[in-house]
Amino acid sequence: MTENQPVTSAAGKAPVPGPLAVLRARFPMGSRIGERFLLGIGLLFASSVLIFAGIEILPGDFAETYLGQSATPQAIANLSAEFGLDQPLVTRYFDWLFNVLHGDFGNSWASGQSVSTQIADRLGNSLILAGAAAIIAVPLAVGLGLLAVLYRDRLVDRLINLISLAAVSLPEFFVAYLLIMVFVVQHPVTAFPATVYDSMTLLEKLQTIILPVATLVLVVIAHMMRMTRAAIINVMASAYMETAELKGIGALRAIVKHAAPNALAPIINVVALNLAYLIVGVVVVEVVFVYPGMGQYMVDAVTVRDLPVVQGCGLVFAAIYILLNMTADILSILANPRLRHPR
Amino acid sequence: MAELRKPDEIPLLEIRNLEIGAMAYPPGERPHPIEIVKGVSFTLESGKVLGLIGESGAGKSTIGLSPLAYGRGGVTITGGEVLLDGVDILKLGKAGTRAIRGARVCYVSQSAAASFNPAHKLGNQVIEATVRHGLMSRSEARARAVELFGILGLPEPETFGDRYPHQVSGGQLQRAMTAMALCSRPELIIFDEPTTALDVTTQIDVLAAIKTAIVKTGTAALYITHDLSVVAQVADDIMVLRNGETVEYGSVEKIIENPDADYTRELVNVRAIRNEEAGDQSGRVLEMKNISASYGTTPVLFDVSLHVPKGQTLAIVGESGSGKSTLARVATGLLPPTSGSVRFDGQELPPALKNRSREELRKLQLIYQMADTAMNPRQTVGAIIGRVVTFYDGLRGSARRNRVNELLEQIEMGSGFYDRYPAELSGGQKQRVAIARALAAEPELIICDEPTSALDPLVADGILKLLLQLQKEKQLSYVFITHDIAIVRAIADSVAVMHRGRLVRFGPKSQALTPPFDDYTDLLLKSVPEMKIGWLEDVLASRRISSAGN
Repeated sequence: MTENQPVTSAAGKAPVPGPLAVLRARFPMGSRIGERFLLGIGLLFASSVLIFAGIEILPGDFAETYLGQSATPQAIANLSAEFGLDQPLVTRYFDWLFNVLHGDFGNSWASGQSVSTQIADRLGNSLILAGAAAIIAVPLAVGLGLLAVLYRDRLVDRLINLISLAAVSLPEFFVAYLLIMVFVVQHPVTAFPATVYDSMTLLEKLQTIILPVATLVLVVIAHMMRMTRAAIINVMASAYMETAELKGIGALRAIVKHAAPNALAPIINVVALNLAYLIVGVVVVEVVFVYPGMGQYMVDAVTVRDLPVVQGCGLVFAAIYILLNMTADILSILANPRLRHPR
Repeated sequence: MAELRKPDEIPLLEIRNLEIGAMAYPPGERPHPIEIVKGVSFTLESGKVLGLIGESGAGKSTIGLSPLAYGRGGVTITGGEVLLDGVDILKLGKAGTRAIRGARVCYVSQSAAASFNPAHKLGNQVIEATVRHGLMSRSEARARAVELFGILGLPEPETFGDRYPHQVSGGQLQRAMTAMALCSRPELIIFDEPTTALDVTTQIDVLAAIKTAIVKTGTAALYITHDLSVVAQVADDIMVLRNGETVEYGSVEKIIENPDADYTRELVNVRAIRNEEAGDQSGRVLEMKNISASYGTTPVLFDVSLHVPKGQTLAIVGESGSGKSTLARVATGLLPPTSGSVRFDGQELPPALKNRSREELRKLQLIYQMADTAMNPRQTVGAIIGRVVTFYDGLRGSARRNRVNELLEQIEMGSGFYDRYPAELSGGQKQRVAIARALAAEPELIICDEPTSALDPLVADGILKLLLQLQKEKQLSYVFITHDIAIVRAIADSVAVMHRGRLVRFGPKSQALTPPFDDYTDLLLKSVPEMKIGWLEDVLASRRISSAGN
């Protein structure tokens, strides 16, 4: 029998797995989470390079723009030296990176104030807006998605689909003005503009931002709801859902207990994507409601070529995006029982 | 269910004139209703087992689901009565049916691997219905599950329920699903091809476990299968179905030993093909020497050496995961080996597909298990076969058309199929088209990877006969990969037995399948069900080895 023959060549031997492969096999979940984490950090560095380089290749020169009519060659040189613009590109990048790693984004060229403090202030405002919208939108979207599946192809499902589609089809500025027209002009139940100040209490702030929050909820809810519905319907077609039905399990319990856990990964991903949008993509809503968030801050800085502010905002946005997506990836890994409980 | 105890004259299950229908959506035609089950009647006494047997499309699963008042995939029960203890369950309404499902009638599906929810522990899923229906408390149900795990021969019954579905083997899952069905102490269990997806050596364990459990719990069962030799081991009565109608209905003894209907006789005598082994097996068309191969870093083949006799058939037999298909991938160059060589007609072949010349590719063709997925559904039969004709012979226009029609004649289908799409063909016809596509290259060797295992026995027989006839006409050599010993006996000239990536036995059929055997070949041969009542008991008695493994 071949089995008993001595293996003469090195042929029969399998390639020896490397230490990384061993680690992966041993801790499938830990190593995957570690990978995502390292990937996130790598991405963050890559985006810092891109942001810095992108701003560098912008046409125009801050010193020239800043000095305007009085831009003599000597004045430009002086100003450039003051901001360190005469240094080589690589030196400036690493200086900036070094400071950023120590929490210092430099000072605004326009106002001279610390970018870090200003960002902290504005980011807080953005987070309140996004957080309030998310707390309402995420459970609402997932709940409506479940409801749509439960009453699939019936009136409730059609209505939910129709309304959410209508909401997502309208541009957000239009929704915003519509809300202002109805709830400020015709039936004055809330204030406009929705500008918040540091002196306000949290409750006052929340009362002020009702309309922008409502706008954001309407904009993001459809995407999440439809994805929840699609993910669960996809799972509903599996054999184990038939098993649940043939065990006499009720429809609601079958969806919540048997379908939902298996639909988690796609739902988590779409929720993360929408959370990221809520924080970094709300420029239009902030402008319409005159809300002092990150978006407006960055737009203002771009118009006056205030590069430290633009760079700082860009990096913070990138970090939030990467962090949320990384969290979504990690949660999806945690939601997979095959990785959570290896053989 | 003591309060529901019935007078003895009412059978547990009585099905009267059952009619089941569905909407058909044939390509290019108007959707129209079709009858799937046309007036089937039977009765099942408590504690007895009725086998429903037939080919695919016979309506056996559809009938089997009727005691659960369930129609799969748009199928609806259109007429007749399903009486459970004298009560027509089709008239119970939604809540009434729910109360029966999982409590009084339970279901074991073909693929337990897909039927368990991957997100929950096995134990919780096994007791869920019992607890939800309020039949037992959680702890009672748990104790019951542990007891059942023990009866079914599952390892570590105490803690087995703490595992997730992906942490146990396919055979164990099938037994766990049987435990799930038994947990609520149902009056009736429907077994829907519970061992079809398993390897033979696993099938015998599961079959034994199911039989033991049925005897010990005294539940009645409907046992659905396409394999008469399997149902002969567990059933008291058998109903033979064809195209939604009863062909024959009687006791196991009657059906197996003295069938009335011609169709039943065909089923009993299926695999009567006998191809005498060739005397001279000295010619070698394909020779594989010291082949080792791996997927990534996982080794799958270990130092395999064998050859295919010229103009004859080498059958490679083994269970899933034995490496038999991987060996075919190495031969075709789809998976270059980590070491070893492949020779064709004495010439060494380049290990990788992309380095082989067109002439080298032509000589070696493949037929797959799933003809369905091996063909482009949007191409006509003419285009599927014609592409090969053009690729190897450069024929175009009417020459190409004539050649394709000639090939269609050879597979006994004819030119009428030239413009048909795969969706319009039956499973057997699709496999014939796949054979024609392989023939179009005018190969010397065809590797057939389980070409008949997805087909019904009688259709499979037709394919085997065709392959043997083509072999005679064209001096073709075959490598026939299969898990079915009966097919090996029928068509092989030489035999290779594989187990866990190693070749455990290789030689002319007469030697390979004659004792003395190595342990594995012995186990494999003994596990193949025979068309004989009491076979299971005989084997289990003679095995005298623990069947608690996988």
